[in-house]
Amino acid sequence: MGIKVEHLNYIYGQGTAFEQHALKDIDLEIKDGEFVGLIGHTGSGKSTLIQHLNGLIRGTSGAIYFNGKNIYEAGYNMQALRSHVGLVFQYPEHQLFEVDVFSDVCFGPKNQKLSKEEIESRSREALTMVGLDESYYKRSPFDLSGGQKRRVAIAGVLAMRPEVLILDEPTAGLDPKGRDEILDQIERLHKEQKMTIILVSHSMEDIARYVDRILVMNHGEKVYDDTPKEVFMHYKELEAIGLAAPQITYVVHTLKERGIPIDTNITTIEEARDEILRLLSK
Amino acid sequence: MLKDITLGQYYPVDSFLHKLDPRTKLFGTMVFIISLFVVNDIRAYLIATLFLASAIWLSQVPLFYMVRGLKAIVFLLLISVSFNLFLTPGEAIFRLGFIKITREGIQISAFMGVRLIYLVVGSSIMTLTTTPNQLTDGLEKSLNFLNKVRVPVHEVAMMMSIALRFIPILVEETDKIMKAQMARGADFESGNLIQKAKNMIPLLVPLFISAFRRATDLAMAMEARCYRGGEGRTKMKPLRYGRRDGVTYLVFVLYLAAVAGVRFIG
Repeated sequence: MGIKVEHLNYIYGQGTAFEQHALKDIDLEIKDGEFVGLIGHTGSGKSTLIQHLNGLIRGTSGAIYFNGKNIYEAGYNMQALRSHVGLVFQYPEHQLFEVDVFSDVCFGPKNQKLSKEEIESRSREALTMVGLDESYYKRSPFDLSGGQKRRVAIAGVLAMRPEVLILDEPTAGLDPKGRDEILDQIERLHKEQKMTIILVSHSMEDIARYVDRILVMNHGEKVYDDTPKEVFMHYKELEAIGLAAPQITYVVHTLKERGIPIDTNITTIEEARDEILRLLSK
Repeated sequence: MLKDITLGQYYPVDSFLHKLDPRTKLFGTMVFIISLFVVNDIRAYLIATLFLASAIWLSQVPLFYMVRGLKAIVFLLLISVSFNLFLTPGEAIFRLGFIKITREGIQISAFMGVRLIYLVVGSSIMTLTTTPNQLTDGLEKSLNFLNKVRVPVHEVAMMMSIALRFIPILVEETDKIMKAQMARGADFESGNLIQKAKNMIPLLVPLFISAFRRATDLAMAMEARCYRGGEGRTKMKPLRYGRRDGVTYLVFVLYLAAVAGVRFIG
């Protein structure tokens, strides 16, 4: 069923001097099992939009349907919605608070009022998913490295067994190794658990490599909603709104301009390699 | 939700009073407060009213903002006015049982009420036209002489401005952590007092950690730029008196002279 957003508007500080139209008439649908990338310049409304999807912010007008039910209807259980739609904030390691890794991951399932056994088995499962073994369980989250802390924080959300996982720039401030590890784990969740993923990112390379579909936001409006190939074809328009296409797209376009009959519909390095080899073998 | 908190009450417009040096405004507020205690005569009150009204007009801040500050002292105002009204001995003009109101009582309580209201409005003019940072700057410079008796004026002023600077940052941080924990099912609203206090732990621990992290980062950044206290330190925007400050000081002196004249000469 997934998530459906209809005519969603959000006006910040309505009626004051600071009034700002943060989201303008957003329509979108995210189906079960999709891997969606969300991109946009700083202040374009990405973070505001994702906070609507689990009910942390209430839209000024419009509706959001989760599995067919309007979440703004009176009596809708927001607490339950938040465990179905897991949201991992930017720099999630800043929200760790418990004395050891295991208890911190237990915080989410504990709030779901599950039995002790269930809480522990879910937390174990979540920590395994992010690749942290038992030797970490009793360590203080504050003694871990940046990448490990972040994985603990992501496990904290995964332990609630969400159907949809939203990640706001999960790789910001990580080194290339930590970044690849986190993204590969997210991809595995998508492939193996069939989890719906919404990934907010500033890295066009990451987006091009992992997602099936891209949403582009600009000044609170949705400007593109298509496959990576289609969206990155508009790389000139993307630049105008402060974004860019993956670097490899620029390379193939330059090659094309130099008269090489290369397919410009390329967004990842692997595709470019195959295409160049194909051209060379001709 | 938490973003609605506003700090201080600075009202950003570009008026004559906004452009004055903060030291001038500090001095002026002090003069005005002292004058209110010197005044005991209807003519002097008229002078004070004129002075205050022209200050309000010069500040270009809507009157509503000034009066808003009075809400905090309504209770105090009522108590002091009624005590003076009923308990001042003198010529009775109204009597009901043991309650009597005297002519002197009416006069004293009216003066008292006006005095308190002027006090609050007068000091809000200063805070409405001066940013907290300008205020600390002004205080630092005016109290510089205390350095001679080994009061670390610069350090205290620096701490004040850092604290002020950090409040909005911490408010934003609180909002962020709160939402992140709510996304994990935390509940900050229901439960009894003890339960509520316990529920705050997931908010307070990360908040403290982040405050300490920011503090060490800031200390490091200051040291990296060779900060070593106020001694020999110059400012990018030093406070400098302009012509309008001179004029304002003159007005203050004339005002004080007029009020004192009414009181002591008659």
